[in-house]
Amino acid sequence: MKSINVGKLALIGAAFGLAFGGAVTAISGDANAQWQPRKPVEFVIMAGQGGGADRLARFIQSIIEKHKMSPKPLVPINKGGGSGAEALSYLKSKPGDPHIIMATLNSLYTTPLRQPGLGVDIATFTPIARMAEDTFQLWVHSDTGIKTVDEYVKAVKKAGARNWKMGGTGKGQEDSLVTAMLEKKFGFKVTYIPYKGGGKVAKELIGKHIDSTVNNPSEQAGFWDAGKSRPLASFTPKGKLKGKFGGIPTFEELGYGSDMVYYMQRSVVAPANIGKDVQKFYVDLFQKVYQSAEWQGYLSKKGLIPGWLTGQALTDYFIAERAAHKKLLKASGEIK
Amino acid sequence: MEIFDLLMGGFAIALQPLNLGLIVFGCAVGLFIGAMPGLGSVNGVAILLPMTFLVPPTSAIIFLGAIYYGAMYGGAISSIMLGIPGASTAVATTFDGRPMALQGKADFALVAAATASFVGGSISIVLFTLFAPPLADVALAFGPPEEFALMILAFATFIGLGGDDIPKTFFSIFIGLVFSAVGLDIVSGQPRLIFFELPGFFHGVNFLVLAIGIYGIGEILWTMEVSKGNVVVSQANVTIRGIGKSLRALLKTTKTMLMGSFLGYFVGILPAAGATPGSLMAYGIAKATSKDSDSFGKGNVEGVVAPEAANNAASTGSMLPMLTLGIPGSPTTAILLGGMVIWGLEPGPLLFVEHKEFVWGLIASLYAANLFALLINIAFIPMFIWVLKMPFTILAPIIFILCIVGGYAPTNSMHDIWLMFIFGVVGYLMRKLDYPMAPAVLAIVLGPLAERSMRQSLIGSHGDMMTFFERPISGTIMVLGIVLLLLPLVKIVRRREAAT
Repeated sequence: MKSINVGKLALIGAAFGLAFGGAVTAISGDANAQWQPRKPVEFVIMAGQGGGADRLARFIQSIIEKHKMSPKPLVPINKGGGSGAEALSYLKSKPGDPHIIMATLNSLYTTPLRQPGLGVDIATFTPIARMAEDTFQLWVHSDTGIKTVDEYVKAVKKAGARNWKMGGTGKGQEDSLVTAMLEKKFGFKVTYIPYKGGGKVAKELIGKHIDSTVNNPSEQAGFWDAGKSRPLASFTPKGKLKGKFGGIPTFEELGYGSDMVYYMQRSVVAPANIGKDVQKFYVDLFQKVYQSAEWQGYLSKKGLIPGWLTGQALTDYFIAERAAHKKLLKASGEIK
Repeated sequence: MEIFDLLMGGFAIALQPLNLGLIVFGCAVGLFIGAMPGLGSVNGVAILLPMTFLVPPTSAIIFLGAIYYGAMYGGAISSIMLGIPGASTAVATTFDGRPMALQGKADFALVAAATASFVGGSISIVLFTLFAPPLADVALAFGPPEEFALMILAFATFIGLGGDDIPKTFFSIFIGLVFSAVGLDIVSGQPRLIFFELPGFFHGVNFLVLAIGIYGIGEILWTMEVSKGNVVVSQANVTIRGIGKSLRALLKTTKTMLMGSFLGYFVGILPAAGATPGSLMAYGIAKATSKDSDSFGKGNVEGVVAPEAANNAASTGSMLPMLTLGIPGSPTTAILLGGMVIWGLEPGPLLFVEHKEFVWGLIASLYAANLFALLINIAFIPMFIWVLKMPFTILAPIIFILCIVGGYAPTNSMHDIWLMFIFGVVGYLMRKLDYPMAPAVLAIVLGPLAERSMRQSLIGSHGDMMTFFERPISGTIMVLGIVLLLLPLVKIVRRREAAT
């Protein structure tokens, strides 16, 4: 029964697609026995189709395809169930499997913290690469007339917690943590409404069903350009954001302290114990993606912060971030 | 006539030899992908996305658009021929398409599906051409309360139709609702209803697993029992005259086709809804408004026409929020959206201004794709019929394998295969006890959408139910839904009065 599956069909399809492009890549002939994938690589995505993480993973896949960076294709597979719990337990169940990698977001930390029953220790995963850090801004509809954080705080306090609606992604996820930071800093409360994804949140703001959001730049950029939404401040350190997003003041610059900073990491990890040569292949592969003109162009256009990190440094980063998220989750009452 | 000029410019792009070739090729590929259970337009578009780097972005989206379109046509084929929905959007087509095939009217069902798809596609493209920007505002006006009201309306159409046994319909809906709640609580993010602690329940119960189990596996079991192994598939022959006759017979269903087209388009433009709910709702309304609602589910051609018109219309409709708001209206448009990002196009309100060539080239190509998909589909009907002539002893294992493939595909999980078998047995028992199964499928599709929008509304209103009635759009839809819901009660009272 196992031999019949559509995963395979999809792989055949992908292979067919490649062949059709007249681009059957010959495996490089040099004899130094570097490890290379022998079959298509499962590119597990910790989120459902269509969200920011999914789009980014598919973008990475297409850069790899476009430049024939890998002898075998990457096949994106969404395992978004349980805030990524499904993907995490899948990765945990495949130690040593060299044909699986996973695109992560911050649920890499929050999900194992909120669901200790999973028994997932992210420190055991093999670090591959941190590709970028996504940023957050505070957004309002441009019709509101609110132009500064001060005006915003006044408006929220005047409206009161019952009437000020903040839209975001699921509870315990990034947007709600950033919202909790705002509430703590400014001493107000809001009604937090969770939506399925950042794109939907952005649309709800433009449709005036909610009053403010903490969207990523890529989610609001189109509406900002069209003059429908307005960023008030950015949850980044001074001078980190470049391009048009660089013009948005940071909370730090506005004098609200340097603790008003939050990132969404965009990293790639592999299962535990995959071996040094396998790890090297993937690190090299993602370094090529990272250095590609497409990736760098995407980062600056979409307001992401470049931040290449790999090896032990990446694991250390994960562990530090996990500790930081533990604090945030405790502060917001999500965990004890 | 600025729109006319722009559209003509679009045709100049769409009818270039390369683009035209891609449209024809895309339609054919899409038709095949759509007809294969488990390979929906989502997979097709995702697999072929890397191919599009070889051509300019406008040609790329035209190609993917054609696949999307072809798949909408193709989905009906396996629904009718094999009783397995070829794609999620074609589940509703199974309800009446399969019984028609069993009655030897497969050719009529296939022609009806193709024609309805064409009508739905055409109407929606015209609407798209004329009213894209204002309709984007409609999509914006739909917040959680409006979405919830729409879901209530959808459920109401399935209950308030009379005909079916109402307690049994409720039972079927509740089964679907319970399974739709499995997985992750959408507000707190906590896992819930993880039966036996099986990790496979984390991703919830995919509704294709339920639909393929009930209709595919359940169907095989049922056929085996009824026929005791001697299945005689009535021979349907396809001739040009036969097709002409079918087309004439379809004239009677014009109203249903129009209803399905407009409804499908409208549901399609609402972000997060998409073609599957659209086709199910169209089926429900066709049944509710039909004079002959008892014959639905037993091979009424209107039950094929309504969902097929709706799913094609919705597939065009769901491109609207994608292009104008940057929000996918369906999983397939989510992937298309990813493609646009790769090609360097920024979806959003400014796309129609800054990339006119791209937008209008795509719109014009949809006109062409719709026509070609129809022609290719009709041309292949004799081949599909030939498949039906295979002896059941050969066909049954093929259906069985396709069911497994289709059940595995959405989540790549063996867990779902076992679940599908269980649903197959349940489906067989339900059929034996004469429970309607369509409501269960509807409930598992709409359940999560309804739950999410209801809870979002109630968080926003701090628990005040009046939020659904105070807003003009949601209030109107809500009242309509409640009236529909109470309709059977009125019928019962009348019947009693008539009896006394």
